[in-house]
Amino acid sequence: MLLSVDNLRVSYEKIKALHGISFRIDEGEIVCIIGANGAGKSTTLRAISRLVPVEAGTNMTFMGRDLLQYPPDKVVSKLGISHVPEGRRLFDNLTVMENLRLATFARRDGKGIANDRDRVFSIFPRLSERQHQKAGTLSGGEQQMLAVGRAFMSGRKIMLLDEPSMGLAPLLMMSVFDSLKEINREGTSILVVEQNARMALQFAGRGYVLENGRVVLEGRSEQLLANPRVKKAYLGG
Amino acid sequence: MVIFLQNLVNALQWGSFYALIALGYSMVYSILMLFNFAHGDIFMVGSYIGFGVSMGLIALASSGLVAMPNWLILVLTILFSMFLTSFVGMIVERVGYRPLRDAPRASAAITGLMIGIILETGNLALLGARRVSFPSLIETTTYDVSGVFVTNKKIMIVVVSLLLAFALHQFVRRTRWGMAMRAMAFDFAVVPLMGVPVNTMAALTFAIGSALAAAAGILFGVAYPVLDPYMGILFGWKAFVAAILGGRGSVMGATLAGFLLGFTEIFVAMIFPSTLRDLIAYSIILLILTVRPHGFFGEPYSARLRL
Repeated sequence: MLLSVDNLRVSYEKIKALHGISFRIDEGEIVCIIGANGAGKSTTLRAISRLVPVEAGTNMTFMGRDLLQYPPDKVVSKLGISHVPEGRRLFDNLTVMENLRLATFARRDGKGIANDRDRVFSIFPRLSERQHQKAGTLSGGEQQMLAVGRAFMSGRKIMLLDEPSMGLAPLLMMSVFDSLKEINREGTSILVVEQNARMALQFAGRGYVLENGRVVLEGRSEQLLANPRVKKAYLGG
Repeated sequence: MVIFLQNLVNALQWGSFYALIALGYSMVYSILMLFNFAHGDIFMVGSYIGFGVSMGLIALASSGLVAMPNWLILVLTILFSMFLTSFVGMIVERVGYRPLRDAPRASAAITGLMIGIILETGNLALLGARRVSFPSLIETTTYDVSGVFVTNKKIMIVVVSLLLAFALHQFVRRTRWGMAMRAMAFDFAVVPLMGVPVNTMAALTFAIGSALAAAAGILFGVAYPVLDPYMGILFGWKAFVAAILGGRGSVMGATLAGFLLGFTEIFVAMIFPSTLRDLIAYSIILLILTVRPHGFFGEPYSARLRL
C-alpha cells in the first residue's frame, strides 16, 4: 500500500468539512474521488499535502511513514507527493523554465533534474517551445501542462490532481489525461479529484464517491459507472 | 550649475540610506504580505551593533594583538554587523511575526509597532539615555571637482549602497532562493507545494532585509556619527514610503524610490527654508503616488491568498 488515509477529519473554523473519511491507494494505481462542489474533495488533497490541520483521530501513512510528521514542503521533497492545485496556480511572473526549476527547489540530483526536465518537454513539446515565456502568457491548456510538468519535477511517487479538467476544451482535456496515463505507466501513482465524474471514472481504475464530507460509495470504476446512484447523481441519468 | 551638482552629490548620499532601508521593507512587504514597521528600528539596532563591533575591533587593534588599518576595521564592521543584525531580523520574524502569519494583517502590523517600541526602549534600558558617537574610522578627504565638493565618505556610501542593491537584484533574479522569493510574492500559498520551506524563506527574507538596514545604519554613522535610540523612526517611515512608491516586489523600484526621496528632500531644501523641507517634499511624493498608486515598477501578483 502506497497511501493510506484513515478516519480523516478536517474542520474549517466550526464547520466540519470531512467527517472521518478513509481510502487507500496502491503503488501504480490511478484512483479518483468524485463528488459535487463542496463535498470535501479539495480539502482531502490539502490534508494529504499538510496544508490544513487535521483533527485528532486522523491517521495518514505514506509508504509506511506517518504523514503527520512531515511539514508541507517535506511532504513534497522527502516523500515525493506532488500536488497540482485547483486552478493550476502557476507563478505567472516566472518563466516556464523557472516554474519547472522552482519545483526542484529541494532536489540536489542535477542529472536527475535534467532528465526529468527533458521528459517533461518530450511529453509536452509545447512547453519546450515556450520555455522562456512567462507562465502568465500561456493558454489554458498549456498552463495545465505546465502545472502537471511542475508536479512531475517536484515529486514522483504520487501526484495529487485537483480538477485537472477544469476550464479545458474536451479535446485538450483528453490529451492532458493521455499524458497523465503516460506518466502513470512510468511509475507515478495518481489520485485525482474531479467534478467531471465520467471523465474521472474512465481515467481511473478505482473510485470513491464523496458526499458532504463522507465516503458514500467506493469500487472499481466500471462498477461505479454502472451504479444507478452514481448514474443519477453524477453522470446525468 | 555648481550648486545643482553639489546638491546632487548630497542627494545621492542621502538617498542611499533610504534606498538601503527601503529594500528590506519592500522585500518583507512583497514576499510575506507584511508591513514590518519595526524595520526602521532594525536600522537603528544595526547602527548600534556597528558601533559596538567597531569599538571592539578598535580595541583589538590598539591592543597590538592584531594589526588592522582603519579601513579594514570599517569593512569588517560592515560585514560583521550585517551578519549579526540579520539574526536580530530573524528573531523578530520568529517571535513576532511567524505566530501571526494567519492572523489578520492589522494584528501583524501592530506587532511591528510594538517590536519597534521594544527595540527603542530596550536600547534605552541597555545603554542609557546618552547618545553615542560612532568612531571616525576614515579621515574625511574632500575633492574639489571644479567647485563641487565630493568627499571620500560620500563616494564610499553611494558606491557601497549601489553595490548592495545590485547584489540583491542579482540574488533575486538568478538564485533559486530569489526565484522562490519571487514566487512567494506572487502566490504565497502554493510555494510549499514546490518543496520550498517557507519558514526558512521567511527567515532569509528578514535576514537579508535586516543586513541591508545594518549596512545603512553603519554608513549613516560614518556620515552623521551621532546615534540615538529613536534615530530609526523617521527614517523607517520614509523608507516605507520609498518601498511602496518603488512598487511591490521590485528591487530596482525600491532603490530608485529611495534615491528619489533623497533628491526631493535635498532639492526642496535648496529652494525653500529647511524647516519646510519635509512638508513640501512629502506633499510632492503624495502627488506622485496619486498619479501612480501602484508605484513605479509593481510586479503583478495573485489576489488569491489561500489554496
